[in-house]
Parts: sequence; C-alpha cells; structure tokens
Amino acid sequence: MTVIDKVAPEGSKAGERVSPRPTFRHRLSRWDVKVSPYLYVAPFFIVFGIVGLFPLLYTAYVSLFKWKAGGDDPDFIGLDNYKDLFADSQFWNALVNTISIFLLSSVPQLIIAVMLAALLGARLRGATGWRVGILLPYAASLVSIGIIFANLFGSKYGLINGVLQTLGLDPIDWQANRFASHVAIAIMVNWRWTGYNALIVLAAMQAIPKELHEAALIDGAGLWRRFFNVTLPLLKPTLIFVTITSTIGGLQIFTEPKLFDAMPGSNNGGSTNQFQTVTLYLYQMAFENSSLGYASAIAWVLFLVIVLIALVNFFLTGRLARTPAVKKK
Amino acid sequence: MTTLQTGLRKSVATLGRPRKATYVVLAIFVLGSLFPFYWSFLVASRDNGVLTERIPPFLPGGNFFANAQRVFDSVPFWKALANSVIVSGTVTLTTVLFSSLAGFAFAKLRFRGKNGLFVFIVVTLAVPTQLGIIPLFIAMSELGWAGHLEAVIVPNLVTAFGVFWMRQYTVDALPYELIEAARVDGCSMIRIFWNVCMPAVRPAAAILAMFTFMMSWNDFLWPLVVLDAGNPTVQVALEKLQSGYYVDYSLVLAGTTLATIPILIVFVLLGRQIVAGIMQGAVKG
Repeated sequence: MTVIDKVAPEGSKAGERVSPRPTFRHRLSRWDVKVSPYLYVAPFFIVFGIVGLFPLLYTAYVSLFKWKAGGDDPDFIGLDNYKDLFADSQFWNALVNTISIFLLSSVPQLIIAVMLAALLGARLRGATGWRVGILLPYAASLVSIGIIFANLFGSKYGLINGVLQTLGLDPIDWQANRFASHVAIAIMVNWRWTGYNALIVLAAMQAIPKELHEAALIDGAGLWRRFFNVTLPLLKPTLIFVTITSTIGGLQIFTEPKLFDAMPGSNNGGSTNQFQTVTLYLYQMAFENSSLGYASAIAWVLFLVIVLIALVNFFLTGRLARTPAVKKK
Repeated sequence: MTTLQTGLRKSVATLGRPRKATYVVLAIFVLGSLFPFYWSFLVASRDNGVLTERIPPFLPGGNFFANAQRVFDSVPFWKALANSVIVSGTVTLTTVLFSSLAGFAFAKLRFRGKNGLFVFIVVTLAVPTQLGIIPLFIAMSELGWAGHLEAVIVPNLVTAFGVFWMRQYTVDALPYELIEAARVDGCSMIRIFWNVCMPAVRPAAAILAMFTFMMSWNDFLWPLVVLDAGNPTVQVALEKLQSGYYVDYSLVLAGTTLATIPILIVFVLLGRQIVAGIMQGAVKG
C-alpha cells in the first residue's frame, strides 16, 4: 500500500515554477498520515495503561504493605503478607473450592456443548430459532442468575428439593454441604455458558471440509465413527480455545458464590467457607476487612495461578496445532 | 449469513437429517434455558406463599405490578435503570468508536511499531484485569470518583477484545483501493476513517455494540466495589435488594425480572445477529 505520499520532486526542471519545498497543505497531509495511526490506537493504550497495567503493578506494590483502607499510613512489611497467605488455611480452602467449582463446571460443559453443537448442526427446521433458544441464558445477568438459582436450590423451600422429595428422595442441603454447593454453583455456570460454547463449537464444526466426511463415508465409517475420528480431532483447537477462555473466567468466579449464600450479602461463601472462592475471599479481605495489602497479595497469587494454567494450555495448544490436517487456526 | 447457509448445507451431507429425537433433546434444552426466567416471573407475580408449597402453581398470578412497585419503593430502581442505561450506552459508544479507530489503524495503516503493539493487545486479552481492582479503587477514591458513574465508565472506555475484533474484520472488509481513491481525492485520514472505513465495517461494529452493551449492563464486581447503594447500577441494586436478613423472594425476583426484560427484548429482536456474531467470532478468532 502506498498511502504515504511521495515528496514533491526536488528542485524544478525546465524553468517550471514548482515550489522547491512541499506546500503547507502537502506537509499537513504528510503529518496527518504519520501521526494519525498513533492517535487512533492511543485510546486503548491510555485506558489499558491506567486501568489495566498500572493497577496490576501497583497491586504488587500494595501487597508489600500492611495497608488498611482509611487507616494510618501503610507500613512496609516486605513479603509478610505472602508468608501469612501461604499459612492461611482459609486461602487454601478458597483455592481448592475455586478449582473444584471450575472443574465441575468446565468439564461437563464442554462435553454437553459438543453434543449440542452436533445436534444443532443437523438440518433443522427453524435453525436460527433453536440457536437463539439455547443462547438465551447468556442474556441473563450473573446477579439475576445467582438470585434465581439460590432460590431454586434453597434448602427448605427450594423447588429442586421439592421435586426430589416428591420423587421420594432425600432433600439435599445445597448450601451447607460442601460438595453439593460446588455442584449447584457449577450448574449455574453451566446453565449460562453451555449454549454459548455450543455455538462456538458449531461454527468450528461447520468449518470442517466436507470432503473429509465424504472420504470417511466411502471408507464405510458410520455416524459415530465419523464423529469420533473426523469431527472431534478437528475440533481440538477450538476446544482448547474454549478451555482457555473458560479458565481465565472460571478461576475468577465471584458473583455466583457471593449470591448463592444462604445469608445474603455475606462474603463468607457459606458458614464454614465451604464455597468461598479466591476472588470472593479477596473481596472480603479488601472491602469488608479493609486489608488492602493482604488482599493484594491474594490478587497476585491468583494472577500467577491463572498465568501458570494459561501457559500450560498454551503449550498444549502449540503441540496440537502442529498436528496435520488442521486447517483453521 | 451466506457462510451460515453454506455451512448448513455442508452439514446436511455429514450429519444426516435430524430425527425426532434431535428435536426432543433440543426442546428440553431450550425449555431448561427458559425455565429460570419463567420461574422468576412466576414467583414475582405471586406472593412468598408460593415458595412454601411443594408443588408450586404453574401459572403466574396477578401480583407482578404490586411486587414491581415494591421494588421501586425499596431501592432507587429508576435511578439504577437510568444509571445502567447511561453507563452501558456511553461505554458502548466509546468502545465501538475507539475500537474501530484502532482496528482501522492496525488493519490498514503503516506505522512504526505496529506489529509489536498489536501483539501486546493480543497478550492483554488474557490478562485478568479484574485483579487490579484494589489499586483502581484506591485511585478512584483519591480522585473523588468513588460513588460516581465516571468510576464505572472510564475503566471500560475501550477493550482489547474490541480492538482485536475490529482489526480482524477490517482487514478483509476494507479494500486498499478505496483508501487510495479517497487519498487521491484529498481526504484526510479521519475522513477516510469516517466516510470509507466505518460504512465498510458497520456489521462488525454493530455486533461489537451488542456485546459491549450486554457485558456492561451485566457487569457486577467493579460497580459493587466502587458505587454505593444510593447511586447504583441495576445489578448493584439487585444485590442490595437481596441482601436483607430475610429474603422476600417475590420482591427480589420481581427485581430480577425487571432487570432482565431490557436485555431479553434486545435478544428477541437481535437474536439472529447475536448468534451470527458469536459464530463468526469463533471462526475468525
């Protein structure tokens, strides 16, 4: 591309009255071409610098202090916050809860999303309608979902326990039982995201060249074999992409456990912290206990955990991307 | 949409015609998707007595407007709605504008450091900025913005995702010839952006606008941290409704129903485009 103008020819020939230097207009236009790109990308970098990069670095700084919101001047205490954190059983509990909820939500979600995508890929009557239908939960806000599901999973009057009892089963105390609470929160997450991920997988499925399926068909592969031996391997990059994005989001899960509490407004994540996640603990430390320094240490450790897991994913992606026959991405 | 249709035709050959069972399973999923919305409306249209019955009635009652009125009486819900509209509207406008500008520059203009800067943006996609809320909160308090809408708007003026999305679309949608022609006609860069680039990338901008609006409308953690109960967004107001000692569910669920209606309307009107947007994004990303 040659958007950048050529400089006017040096000097003049044959006595023509060409000005030896570019005109003002000309210079203005060159300046425009040079500077505009920077002006256009500047807003992002300014905003990211102020609200993304600076806070992240400053979090590291704050984490080295005993820093009380609204309190005295912060005291520098070096790495003591981190030392305390690694000895803090509530933190480890929160980390285990977070990973448990994350696994309970991402694994079934991925499997169901692939199945749904396979169903949606068929020639359906009213295809778009079905797609919009399964995407509906995506429209709900996390707060609404939290409130509605906390109600549905209520231990005494919840609809789900009502149904269980009607079927002659024992009711489950969804809030008090640690594992049950993780399952309930995972169901909330899955309810919201499965349809969305199914559409992403569906898009990837439709990008698979038709010839591959035809070849397999000629080789006598049935529907299921074609699904497992053709479709699924070609979906790997997309599945990993979905996994990475859900990792970054899932490890920061906050709204669902906060609203799930039987004591609304509490940040404990249940009476014995049975479903308190790391971000909820961070929030409690920072904005309920005003321990900004300690909360910052939590933020950095969580950040490192996310980076670590994302890196593992990244190397996995790199390895799989090298498999031949993968056309897209 | 054409890619969608060819995609569909392709899959006919591969996965066969749908059987009845396919429709049944999908219908179950769609009903499951709808049910929580319906349940929240059901409870909101009756009184709390409905919750103590083991088998609740299956049709809405007539108390919805009374419960909705109580929502408006208990929290500043009109103010919350207005705030959410202001915040989401502003954030959507600036995100689309700044992302399109940056996308245009990254896709079509030549400048020093372009590749490095773009790689940086892709990397920041994976940075969990939510973890920076503590210094951000300290900064907002210092600025005196805590409790005001600026505190929610400014951090979300433009996103890495937006820039990435617009750049990917602009690469294919805007031919260099058009830019050249406009240059020859003496257009300034900003006029090229506005009169040549924007019309070409309008579909992507519309999708970005929808997603940004929904994300902003549903955002919770940061508004909860930085706004107070007197000047909330809808999501913060909802949480305040719920966090009393005794939860009055017909009241709270009337609130969630009210808060969900605007988004559901958007969804019903633009569902087709939203679906197409997600699927395009999946293949391009």
